[in-house]
Amino acid sequence: MQKHNAHQPLDQAAQLEQTWRDPPGLPGWFAAINHKSIGKRFIYTTFLFFFLGVAIAGVMRLQLAVPQNSLIGPDLYNQLFTMHGSTMMFLFAVPVMQAMAVYFVPLMIGARSIAFPRLNAFAYWVYLFGGLMLYGAFLLNTGPDAGWFGYVPLAGADYSPGKRVDFWAQMITFTELSALLEAVILITTVFKLRAPGMSLNRIPLFVWSMLVTSFMVVFAMPAVMLGSTALLLDRLVGTHFYNPAEGGDALLWQHLFWFFGHPEVYLIFIPGLGFLSSIIATFARRPIYGYPAMVLSLITTGFLSFGLWVHHMFATNLPELGKSFFTAASMMIAIPSAVQIYCWIATLWTGRLNLKTPLLFALAFFFILVLGGMTGLMLASVPLDLQVHDTYFVVAHLHYVLLGGAIFPLFGAVYYWFPKLTGRLLDERLGRLQFWLFFIGFNVTFFPMHQLGIQGMPRRIYAYAAETGWGPLNFIASCGTLLIVASLACFLANILRSRRSGMAAGDNPWGAGTLEWATASPPPAANFIRLPVVHGQEPLWDMQRHLSEHGQIPSPSYVEGVAANFRQVLATTPLDACPDSRPQFPEPSYWPFLCALATTGLFIGSIFTPWAVVWGSLPVACAMIAWFWPRHVDRVTHAEQEYRSDGA
Amino acid sequence: MVALMAWENPSPADAALPTAAHNALAPAGPQAAHIAGLWYLIVGVCGIVFTLVLLAVLYAIWRAPRATETTPAALHDDNPRIRRSVVWAVIVSTALLILLTVASIATDRVLAGLSLTDAIHIDITAHQWWWEARYDDAQPSNRFTTANEIHIPVGKPVILTLKSDDVIHSLWVPNLAGKKDLIPGRTATLTLQADREGDYRGQCAEFCGYQHSYMAFLLRADVPARYQAWLEAQRQPAAQSAAALESRGRQVFLGGNCAMCHAIEGTGAGGRHGPDLTHLASRESIAAGTLANTPENLARWISDPQAIKPGANMPPTDLPPDDLQALVAYLSSLP
Amino acid sequence: MAPEMHTVAPAPGKGRHSADSNQALDVSSLPTYAFSHRSLMWWGTFGMMLIEGTVFGLMVFSYFYLASHADVWPMSRYAPDLAWGTLNTAVMIASAFPNHWAKRAAEAQDLRKVRGWLLACMMFSFLFLAIRVLEFRHLNVAWDSNAYGSAVWLLLGLHTVHLITDTVDSLVLTVLMFYEPVGGKSYVDVSENGLYWYFVVFTWLPIYAVIYLVPRWIAS
Ligand code: HEA
Ligand code: HEA
Ligand code: HEC
Ligand code: CUA
Ligand SMILES: [Cu+2]
Repeated sequence: MQKHNAHQPLDQAAQLEQTWRDPPGLPGWFAAINHKSIGKRFIYTTFLFFFLGVAIAGVMRLQLAVPQNSLIGPDLYNQLFTMHGSTMMFLFAVPVMQAMAVYFVPLMIGARSIAFPRLNAFAYWVYLFGGLMLYGAFLLNTGPDAGWFGYVPLAGADYSPGKRVDFWAQMITFTELSALLEAVILITTVFKLRAPGMSLNRIPLFVWSMLVTSFMVVFAMPAVMLGSTALLLDRLVGTHFYNPAEGGDALLWQHLFWFFGHPEVYLIFIPGLGFLSSIIATFARRPIYGYPAMVLSLITTGFLSFGLWVHHMFATNLPELGKSFFTAASMMIAIPSAVQIYCWIATLWTGRLNLKTPLLFALAFFFILVLGGMTGLMLASVPLDLQVHDTYFVVAHLHYVLLGGAIFPLFGAVYYWFPKLTGRLLDERLGRLQFWLFFIGFNVTFFPMHQLGIQGMPRRIYAYAAETGWGPLNFIASCGTLLIVASLACFLANILRSRRSGMAAGDNPWGAGTLEWATASPPPAANFIRLPVVHGQEPLWDMQRHLSEHGQIPSPSYVEGVAANFRQVLATTPLDACPDSRPQFPEPSYWPFLCALATTGLFIGSIFTPWAVVWGSLPVACAMIAWFWPRHVDRVTHAEQEYRSDGA
Repeated sequence: MVALMAWENPSPADAALPTAAHNALAPAGPQAAHIAGLWYLIVGVCGIVFTLVLLAVLYAIWRAPRATETTPAALHDDNPRIRRSVVWAVIVSTALLILLTVASIATDRVLAGLSLTDAIHIDITAHQWWWEARYDDAQPSNRFTTANEIHIPVGKPVILTLKSDDVIHSLWVPNLAGKKDLIPGRTATLTLQADREGDYRGQCAEFCGYQHSYMAFLLRADVPARYQAWLEAQRQPAAQSAAALESRGRQVFLGGNCAMCHAIEGTGAGGRHGPDLTHLASRESIAAGTLANTPENLARWISDPQAIKPGANMPPTDLPPDDLQALVAYLSSLP
Repeated sequence: MAPEMHTVAPAPGKGRHSADSNQALDVSSLPTYAFSHRSLMWWGTFGMMLIEGTVFGLMVFSYFYLASHADVWPMSRYAPDLAWGTLNTAVMIASAFPNHWAKRAAEAQDLRKVRGWLLACMMFSFLFLAIRVLEFRHLNVAWDSNAYGSAVWLLLGLHTVHLITDTVDSLVLTVLMFYEPVGGKSYVDVSENGLYWYFVVFTWLPIYAVIYLVPRWIAS
């Protein structure tokens, strides 16, 4: 971009680009706060961790392919499955959803920026450093090895000496801090920054799903942060939260963990539902059937998911009566899922189908997630769960729902939105190939695991005797993994190739109806040259309809009066999205990055000495103060532009 | 990481528990049978719903006209037939879900109501990575402790009292009943009953550290007479063979560090860190279902347990070959 | 990553299509800042309060959970001494007044009053932090004595972290308010900080009850 000559008037687009873009060059990279730069990095980073987690799964499947394999010993295997589960749950599945939201939510609601852009950058850096710390520890043979839910007392100081579990617990602090901040950011964005006219009943379903997810994060993640802090305290300064000998209780951890852990799995599922709604509407060429029912289902799922956590603890000696309640609650959560599934079927039924790769991934959901949901119902039944709890049956269930409910829709979403991110389409033929390899490979890998569970194979075992007869099915499962490897290779190849030489996409390659398609691909720094005004649920389709029916687009169609020469945005009212105020947003800054570094120092230091909390908080406080300290330009240049409507 | 990968093949395990059944859908007792019944009900209902959902999706794909990106998007249409179908589908699903809930809770109640008259009580304590079983009796001299092998009489309810000595474990015999966690600081109970004679494999189901994989046990259901005979035998102190080799082995055992961890009734060895060895030779397997109980395996195990079960809480013992041979002979003479 | 422009059918976000003034929604008369839930800051603060309230709630749950599994509670037999905790409760409630007036002054954009009340708030801050130290010393249990001690220390510790962060926040704002010129946004910050202060003070009341009163009720 050429340097702007102050004497020459810029046209609106160039002026906005100048105002909103991140500083150039490598140093500028660390100061970036544009939600699209951060969102992109976030997405790439989550996929990096995904590939690491998946590579680990590959090694695990190699080890389990034949009985009594001596490829890997228990010490490494225990680290591997813990890293696999923790990577997938903490470093991939939840963050990737938030990352997609960081990029797309502001575009879908017609905003110039995400709320609190500096905090957003900070949340990204904290997440990145947490993940790097965990993998650094793993490379130094200090990878966690107590499972992704680290049950005490196994994870306590007596049975897990060394620092492995401490790194794991601290990784949770990093990622949950990041997730909580993102949740607050997204809630604020959705409530305050929607385009004029986008009242609550016009919010795209993906945005709804992220709103529900964010509220769930707010109430769920504190539980695991508190739990893991208490675990660290037990391990480092000798408290007794989980030590039965001194009045503590091992089940306290399980309650705290699953009070988070169960909503956690729906945190992964609900954005997946949002992807599906976006994809199905576009490729069935009609709005999703039953929008109000869809929204209510999302909200109901969010609420109910806080009442299920004990179904992970059926094998403990909790009172039986209580368990029945959780059986009933777990069965009932199928109802909102059913409502959504039936509405999508109605959408497909009455739509006209454009069978492109994103839709294929969406359709796989109906096979894979529904099957996984059915096994979920089996697990929800106390007597059945007592048989298959902690066996490969659960492993099968969790992969069916996680991959069917989140990963397949996510891949669909990547095919769907890649053109928006890069301006280029992914290749259809490779996409179909990837889809079929993934779909078949997935089922070959995970379907046999149901039977293995029934036959008594516990999860988290590094080897098994030949006499158990588990060999053949495990071998089949491992072969299926090869197909998944091939499919991911297609995916990588497709991404790498299409980034350079894919077909140019244009603004709206799929003929979709939501606002992210109303701007260029990739979008300019300010997202929209003119802020849009919305008149319906699918603004672009509504506009086309209006145009064909009335010969003109509905008026007003865009916003005027928001400055282009500094970072001004339009805030609207939370319910009806009426224009409300025009706050000014912060400039790019190094402080979020530096503050994240200081926070990392504090967190890692406190694994080794509690004093790090005291000394480490000094640099954090300094960085925060510097971050929030108003800069001279902020205070002076625009002071005269500030005013309140009531005349103050 | 790499250094830790360098360990020996765990065991070519000449089948430790070759005949033990382990399949949740091959019930051998009332608990597992009721659960299997519930299983078939739920699988049936879910299977039908799953098939219908799939058929609906496939039919929708088949019937819907094809489109491209440029096909104008349709408007909202509120087709009352579609609306009725969706509402009915939700109502029927809800009814089925209620049915499943009721069936599940009813099964729970049936299981809780199974007769416990004349129940046998066995105290189980889980250790990293083996099982201790104590058979209680009103008469102190009839009490005894064994490990990794539980015998029960056919047709009688058995109440297992479950405790843990270290971390959380979970006891599971798929053919007989669901599982139950053994949680330090808490006591739980599990009821099961075998109606068919046979060997059943049990395994620790909750991840408990290094050797979670090899923490199995044998549950043998015997006809009452044979069970009674087994009880009588277990109640005896250890056999005192007079043969030279065995007595030398006994000296090795008592003279070495074995007695610090292992008990052999009637010898002075009273250690409780490891399995009770009083009637070791009567067991099918050693090291919690890891190795068949043969003299060669015993020798391998004693000289280097870490090669077989890395992380197991038993140190390797470097014995001269004759001592080892004598020790093995002694242990093999403890029926 | 220079954006490339494509001309397509009229789309609301694009600047290409000819400016027709009756199609524009003019917002140039809107204020550039606003108080309470009209400001983004309010939503951010609100989110943080939800999160931290959940943390406190879960910690209180954990406390009762541990109590319900104990034979004696408090396990160390002596409940925390009432005096300092009660005094601090009074101080915190009292601090709500200068906080209230600082918030009011900020919303009225009265710089002189904002400065004065913020200074008063700071005095209270230092007072309750000092008393907090004494509170820790009169808990009558160490964090590593038993699970009861661990729970009490963590609960009090969590609240103390909030006192400290709120003090630092307010301190920074106070310094800022003495540092001319102040924009409207700074008043919004003071106002939202006041909201957070209420949160810290009012969450203390249930925590006070749990730490100081519950052991006495359970024991009697
Ligand atoms: C995306 C993630 C996701 C989703 C969506 C779900 C969905 C469900 N899960 Fe699952 N679950 C996990 C992820 C998920 N789960 C994970 C990761 C674990 C393991 C954690 C660990 O131990 O490591 C787990 C474990 C787990 C357990 C504990 C198992 C154990 O450890 O013993 C249970 C028990 O109740 C359970 C139940 C359910 C239920 C009832 C649903 C329901 O929401 C499913 C509802 C959906 C349907 C049922 C399909 C659609 C409905 C219809 C088509 C119509 C109605 C149907 C009928 C009338 C039959 N899950
Ligand atoms: C979103 C979540 C997610 C995803 C996508 C996956 C994906 C996979 N997982 Fe999953 N898994 C979990 C979440 C997930 N998993 C969780 C939460 C647990 C519980 C953990 C615990 O018990 O604590 C678990 C546990 C678990 C187990 C049980 C371990 C045990 O109990 O001992 C197994 C075993 O087979 C397994 C296998 C797989 C496989 C084969 C895949 C496959 O889909 C992936 C296969 C793909 C490949 C193998 C491709 C490999 C690619 C390469 C090698 C090249 C890539 C590298 C670069 C280009 C950089 N997983
Ligand atoms: C530090 C304690 C310790 C010492 C010393 C020790 N053992 Fe062990 N032993 C154990 C433990 C613990 C196990 C259970 C290991 C497992 O299965 O994970 C065990 C298992 C065994 C078993 C298998 C028992 C079964 O039923 O599965 C035998 C046999 C045995 N030990 C013999 C010996 C002999 C002989 C010696 C001395 C040379 C010895 N042990 C020394 C702790 C010890
Ligand atoms: Cu014991 Cu797993
Ligand atoms: Cu769950």
